[in-house]
Amino acid sequence: MDSLSNLFLGFGIALTLYNVLIASVGVFLGIIIGILPGLGGTSGVAILLPLTFVMAPTSAIIFLTSIYWGALFGGVITSILFNIPGEPWSVAATFDGYPMAKQGRAGYALSLAFIGGFFASLVSIILFSFFAPPLAELALQFGPPEYFAVMLLAFSTFVGLGGGSAIKNLTAALIGFLLASVGLDIVTGTPRLTFDSIALLSGFNFVTVCIGLFGIGEILISAEEALEFKGQQGKIGIKDVVLTIADTFRSWVTWLTGTLLGFWVGVLPGTGATPASFMAYGMARQYSRQPEKFGTGITEGLLSTQSAAQAAGIGSLLPLVTLGVPGSPTAAVMLGGLYIWGLQPGPLLFIEKPDFVWGLMASMYVGNVIGLLMCLLLVPFFTMILRIPYAILAPVIVLISSVGAYAVNNRLVDVWLMLLFGVVGYVFKKIQIPLAPLVIALVLGDMTETALRQSFIMSHGSLAIFFTRPISAACTTIAIMLFIFPTLRLMVPWMRERLWVPQGGG
Amino acid sequence: MRKAELTTAILLLLLSGLVVYEAIRLGFGWGLEGPQPGFFIFWLGLALGVCSSITIGRLLFDRTIFQGQEFMPKASWPEVLKVFLPMVGAVVLMEFFGFYIASVIYLAFFMRWVGRFSWTTLLLIAFLFAFSHYLVFEKWFLVPLPKGILEAYIGL
Repeated sequence: MDSLSNLFLGFGIALTLYNVLIASVGVFLGIIIGILPGLGGTSGVAILLPLTFVMAPTSAIIFLTSIYWGALFGGVITSILFNIPGEPWSVAATFDGYPMAKQGRAGYALSLAFIGGFFASLVSIILFSFFAPPLAELALQFGPPEYFAVMLLAFSTFVGLGGGSAIKNLTAALIGFLLASVGLDIVTGTPRLTFDSIALLSGFNFVTVCIGLFGIGEILISAEEALEFKGQQGKIGIKDVVLTIADTFRSWVTWLTGTLLGFWVGVLPGTGATPASFMAYGMARQYSRQPEKFGTGITEGLLSTQSAAQAAGIGSLLPLVTLGVPGSPTAAVMLGGLYIWGLQPGPLLFIEKPDFVWGLMASMYVGNVIGLLMCLLLVPFFTMILRIPYAILAPVIVLISSVGAYAVNNRLVDVWLMLLFGVVGYVFKKIQIPLAPLVIALVLGDMTETALRQSFIMSHGSLAIFFTRPISAACTTIAIMLFIFPTLRLMVPWMRERLWVPQGGG
Repeated sequence: MRKAELTTAILLLLLSGLVVYEAIRLGFGWGLEGPQPGFFIFWLGLALGVCSSITIGRLLFDRTIFQGQEFMPKASWPEVLKVFLPMVGAVVLMEFFGFYIASVIYLAFFMRWVGRFSWTTLLLIAFLFAFSHYLVFEKWFLVPLPKGILEAYIGL
């Protein structure tokens, strides 16, 4: 019952006029970011992060998470109406969403995605509030070896389950760690990898790198594909809403599996909404009585993928709040924000900043209600945004990104670095080096290194410390198994088929 | 595609060499109070070197990887450069004239060149953008953006 009274405290914070306003603006911007195919949720949150520097931490996290909820809702709109996914996690929504729209059921499809997604979020938030306090309590007993083991687990998930090439996932993570270690050594204060450059002495700023890799990189990618928005018109009537609520409950098995799977995949460090959406779609098809109908505009298809995507979004914040380990690249950007606002992410937040934690949880309900209402009412308005020509959109995004990169340290050098990382992001996307492990390694770099070095100091240099303490032993063992897993997958053909997980942001 | 992948892998191999060199300079062994500063980056550099060597090796031994895949179709190069070069130009302008003037010039140029907008529309949008940014960042969020001589002249 303690949680319940805390949650009331949270609602007291989340429902103040200022915070509701902040959440509404965040959701609104998030939906726009979700709709624009050249701008993903991760880059959207990164670009807008500097706006939060003047806010109180609780309002700041409400703002950023609201953008995330908005983007999770918004990405599906273009998938259904134009067959162009606005976000990587809404790719699977095109499979059945667009056929529905072509049959003249655009309103039904949109409403189904919003309603199904909304209820998935709701269940996930309840799961979140149920799991978060005990997990944080457990994490309070973590010492450096446990933390290092959890980090190891996070990165082994990429290598083992991340899809794509294991070597490339590993390469990306290593680059991220190396970028993080540029600057002053956290333990001894010795300059490292700076090569006597003053600009490098303060290290690579996380926000700058993210805006470059995602924001500028995506602009360059979209420069190649001259997108044209020709699609269906969508307007949601009351009838659609009633019908889709009924259909969501009729297909409750699909919906609930999608939600639970999504939540679990979201909680796993590193994997976000994108793999969740594909996995749920694949699973719904595999266990359906009419798998041949998937892809033709079937309710279950759209419902499964959208509920998984939104559940994963919520789930990815669970390890962020309780352990300080982000569950998705977007959550990684938020973790960067937490450091900037002067908070120490992790279990201590529950004790030292209960208003932050519970305000955030309550704001999840608020943000998702706002998202649902905005989406249901404003779809015609949001589709108008797609009429904005690329020639305006591209330079505006570039300029907003530059402001974001500049505002972190008030240095123009960072804007140059942003451009440089834009090119890096573009090339990496082309040769399929995934950006998600890189970004997460970049945020977690300092923490991982500290944990590792402290563990070695505790054990006087012996590796055995990771295997003698129960929690770290379990995590380390699973992590090692996951690292070996890709090699196994190469040898056993059926595993390649079944356990393939698509990669991507989220 | 092969060439791009190979180039990246070689660059990463060189980078890892640099990192390992730096780690050795800093010392990567056991110091007085525990691992020395170069400890973490030594192993990272080594692992990165191994990863990129594997990539290079695979590309050299198996010529079928990426066969027929292009890094970028020839026709796309001008499209991408058309977007990228003005970006670079905009940042150069920011160095000299500050954010606001650079953004007006960049927006106007890009809209005229790529979008072929009429002068009235594009100037309207460019100035509106700069002004709204001034309001949002300078006044509301109190983030001073880089400024040049012109702003100093009108006393902003």
